[in-house]
Amino acid sequence: MTAKKGISLALLVAGVAALWLVPSMGVSDSLLNLLILMFIYTMLASSWNILGGYTGQVNLGHAAFFGLGTLVARILYTGGRPLFLALLAACVVPVAFSMLIGIPAFRLRLRGDYFTIGTLALSQILYITIGNVLPKITYLPIADIQNYQLGPRYHIILASALFTIGVAYALVKSRLGLGMVAVRENEDAAESLGINAFAHKLLALAVSAFLGGLTGGAYAYYQTSYYFNYTFSPPWSLEPVTMTFIGGVGTIHGPVIGAVFFVLLKEWLVMKVGEYHLIIFGVLFLLVVLFLPGGLVEAWERIRRVFTHRPAGKIVLSPSAEGSDLSGNSLASERKEVPMI
Amino acid sequence: MPTTVAQSLVSGILVGALYGLAAVGLSLVFGVTKILNVAHGELLMLGGYASFWLFTLLGVDPFGGIPLSMFALVLIGLIMYQLFFSRLIKLPTEDKIRNSLLIGFGLGLILQNIALRLWTADNRGITTAYAGATFTVLGVRLPYVRVASLVIAFVFLLALQLFLRRTYIGKAIRATAQDWEAATLMGINVHGIYRLSFVLGAALAGAAGTLVAVGYSVEPVMGMHWTLKSLIVLVMGGIGSIAGTLVGGLILGVTESAAAIWISNYRHVIGLAIFILVLLIRPQGLFGAKEG
Repeated sequence: MTAKKGISLALLVAGVAALWLVPSMGVSDSLLNLLILMFIYTMLASSWNILGGYTGQVNLGHAAFFGLGTLVARILYTGGRPLFLALLAACVVPVAFSMLIGIPAFRLRLRGDYFTIGTLALSQILYITIGNVLPKITYLPIADIQNYQLGPRYHIILASALFTIGVAYALVKSRLGLGMVAVRENEDAAESLGINAFAHKLLALAVSAFLGGLTGGAYAYYQTSYYFNYTFSPPWSLEPVTMTFIGGVGTIHGPVIGAVFFVLLKEWLVMKVGEYHLIIFGVLFLLVVLFLPGGLVEAWERIRRVFTHRPAGKIVLSPSAEGSDLSGNSLASERKEVPMI
Repeated sequence: MPTTVAQSLVSGILVGALYGLAAVGLSLVFGVTKILNVAHGELLMLGGYASFWLFTLLGVDPFGGIPLSMFALVLIGLIMYQLFFSRLIKLPTEDKIRNSLLIGFGLGLILQNIALRLWTADNRGITTAYAGATFTVLGVRLPYVRVASLVIAFVFLLALQLFLRRTYIGKAIRATAQDWEAATLMGINVHGIYRLSFVLGAALAGAAGTLVAVGYSVEPVMGMHWTLKSLIVLVMGGIGSIAGTLVGGLILGVTESAAAIWISNYRHVIGLAIFILVLLIRPQGLFGAKEG
């Protein structure tokens, strides 16, 4: 381990310890709530990023996994089951559900956009169906509401967020993660090197659904009351995509930065401009997709490069325009450019 | 009971023609430019509001005002294309589709929220003097407005078909859709054709939006709903076939209406479920040929 790595590891540990101790510092509830929101959104974005960022399969229906997580956890928890069991089930059920679309779509080697609009449709099916079957508001058990404590919830959600980032990190650094990136960059080339694209895509989907479900479970444990179908609504699909792209798609810290940025900016914008914040986020998202495909992470790299005069630092991988620049070995026929006439 | 069934079949056909008209714009744009614009439903919403305000503020008859709302959408489509989608046009197909999905997603969010701020979340319909009038055939009630919409949708689809088959520009569009390189070699301005196709798709969304506003109602959040309907029809009908799109729209409308007799809350789920099945079992569309 180099000295530089040691320092960043120490900083990381200190940061996590500081976050862990925040509730015992006598801070206000509103600050705790803000931090909890950041953790939940970090989990939402990180879980989306494993499939959308690293494996290049854009999922526009992440709300399905998140919503199923909330639903399962909520029903089990309010039914008197222990919290751990509720959270575990919240992770497993979305994985089973994800296979419904994943196995057929990936096995048939359908084009990526078929998977994308399939996820959009599936999340809508769930949104409508849950709205019909359970058109009620769900409350935490009375005993929970009477002595609702933010502290323990804070710790469980922080632990879940750390777990999510840890899983994402371990996966991405492993051989499987490298295989996922290879599939994203060029599926044919990856398969010619012996990578099973189907298995890698399916694994990424399963992990993404697992962690998306965990996010839902954490949310269900945190929120006192909401409509059952609220957690299936389109914004829960939209926001992870927005946050990940703004932060930096296909990186570990990108979704974290995106989520913190998103929560803070939203908080500030809601005070300043009210509901107009959604328009501002939409514009920001478009600008990032078009002009800064690596998000804030890439912007930071560029700024740092200017100041340190270091030529070409770490390459930011992204599944969009920039990604294709890296796949030098892709099929020539796919890279034809439209000549200007 | 037979009357109930006949009545819902007929309303299925009436709404199905609108599904077809909504989808044909999306299909045209995707077939030619490989841009999958998931903000298509929002364009339709804008078309609906254009005719709603033309009627409410200026008293323009919605049917007579169709060219006006189409013109408004031509402008909006042109701006959208020049600002956003034209930047993707040179990417390889896979990247182009993926990025166009993201951009359409963002644009949809923006347009929906702008509409919410400007025009509130209220559900609005155009109530002309003849709005409630109906006639009855064999016990089935037919609203004049919706039957007129059906006829107009047919006329538009036929006109589009003739335009693509018979005119020089139409042939250039089809040539570009088939093979843009060969089209370039034949002296076709491919970039011009891309822009034209996108704008034409937007104009068709404008016409469809007007018919929806006059026969049903408009609201800012309707975009996602109509995008999904258009995608369902697109997948059923196969890309690039106008007749297939129309038949797909009619099948979707009739299936939904039939389902609504027994399980009315799930009429939209039925369409989506069919969609997923078709996507997985027959991705080239029910009537489409296998992609080469």
